[in-house]
Amino acid sequence: MKIQRACTATLLATILLRMFGVASAAPGSAPAVTGKVILQGQPMKVKMINMSSEPGCAKLYSTPPTTEDVVVGPGGGLKNVVVYVSAGGPEQIGPPAQPVSVEQKGCWFAPHIVVMQANQEVRVMNEDATTHNIHPLASVNREWNKAQPPGTAPLEETFAREEFISVKYNIHSWMHSYFVVLKTPYYSVSNENGTFSLENLPPGKYTVTAWHEIYGKQTQEVTVSGGETQPLNFIFKAP
Amino acid sequence: MKTTISLAATFLVLLALAATGFAQESEVGNLHGSAATGKVLYRRYCVGCHGPEGDGNGENAQWIDPKPRDFTAAVFKCRSTPTGTLPTDQDLFDSVTRGFVTTNMPPWRPITNQNRADLIAYVKTFSARWEKEKPGTPITIPPEPAVTIASILHGREIFQKNDCWKCHGPQGHGDGPSAATLTDSKDNPIRPYNFAAGSRFKCGVSNQDLYRIFMTGLDGTPMPSYADTMQPTDAWDLVHFLRTLQPLHTQEAATWKEWLPAHRQEMKPIGPEGGSGASQ
Repeated sequence: MKIQRACTATLLATILLRMFGVASAAPGSAPAVTGKVILQGQPMKVKMINMSSEPGCAKLYSTPPTTEDVVVGPGGGLKNVVVYVSAGGPEQIGPPAQPVSVEQKGCWFAPHIVVMQANQEVRVMNEDATTHNIHPLASVNREWNKAQPPGTAPLEETFAREEFISVKYNIHSWMHSYFVVLKTPYYSVSNENGTFSLENLPPGKYTVTAWHEIYGKQTQEVTVSGGETQPLNFIFKAP
Repeated sequence: MKTTISLAATFLVLLALAATGFAQESEVGNLHGSAATGKVLYRRYCVGCHGPEGDGNGENAQWIDPKPRDFTAAVFKCRSTPTGTLPTDQDLFDSVTRGFVTTNMPPWRPITNQNRADLIAYVKTFSARWEKEKPGTPITIPPEPAVTIASILHGREIFQKNDCWKCHGPQGHGDGPSAATLTDSKDNPIRPYNFAAGSRFKCGVSNQDLYRIFMTGLDGTPMPSYADTMQPTDAWDLVHFLRTLQPLHTQEAATWKEWLPAHRQEMKPIGPEGGSGASQ
């Protein structure tokens, strides 16, 4: 019982960290472009996840978790939109040395949207006492499918080409995420308020793209001049 | 003048087509396959299911489950190479020869070896991956250890610990708790292999073939590769255990049947109570 409580607390802490930890600006650096992604119209219904086939995971949740493909916050803010510089940015910036770390915990993959630069390492951990399998349905990159039994080493992989890869975890059909492989180092994922911010963008003229797994892509032009924060908003329409 | 230019242009286009259209060849043992010959054979034998574009949308495809393979993705189930890599020509040749159990793909032994070599040369023209990449390096399979009850029992633990039963079921009947939710890479429903159903596995009949399946995974399906985490000795023990799930007179089954009656009480059933639930 105590263990269960501790687990729930850890999970809660993780969730809270995720909620407020998105794209925080480095001290002293002003965001170059900030804005909000809004969804107009009736969003797709959020569905409750039934984890009864995996009791060890199900018991970690006091209320069942819900699908993450469309998450709309106050004022129609759309979460999980990848906003990135698709043209105009510097071409030759190698991938960061540090990997993007993600984890499977409570039969859940977090975060739902994993952005990495081309050839940057992604490290996938399994914190559960059950086997998971990571199965990126890549087509521009290679599709592969690897099992990760409990207590085994993190899976370390890279993707060479730009692609939005839907990732399945077949053993637990409710687990789903995207590996978003970008060339640019300038990107942000919108939080539950729909807000995003592109940091450290040198002055210049850029094409900024917003991508959502259901509602697709939009682009806008933006000009950044030194020292000023440029506002930029995207509006997606639910069909 | 104009005619000369347009004639020259047509010639160039034809040349380019000839170069890209049938650039693929295949090497299987001492057989050399040609895509040009393979195309004729493909139109006769394969097009009905796999389609003229090789995308698995032939006119029969709508009646078929699982769906015919889409060659434009160049993702193949039966390989000797690691997950995510292209198979060898021999792998493709063997797949065509063997057919796929529990699917509509029959064994193609009735056509000649040369025919099959030509066919796979043509199949390789449907994806540009074959021009840009080389097949993966085949995995090495160490010699098989002796079949012993210790090996079978340890294999049973591996089956439990790696959660094989979540899809394949506690008795290997393909009815585990996740079985009904499985979909392939095109989101079509797909069933896990039922070990009680017969003698042929998806990619062969031998113990080596079975070993290879869980080390390479079956790409395009939910079956993952265990190569990164499973030790070769563990994999061999798992092979020995899986053999006991089949309705066959194998050495594994005989060893198991002889040992089991006196030890039935000690056996913990495979499944959620077997000590491998999720986070405790």
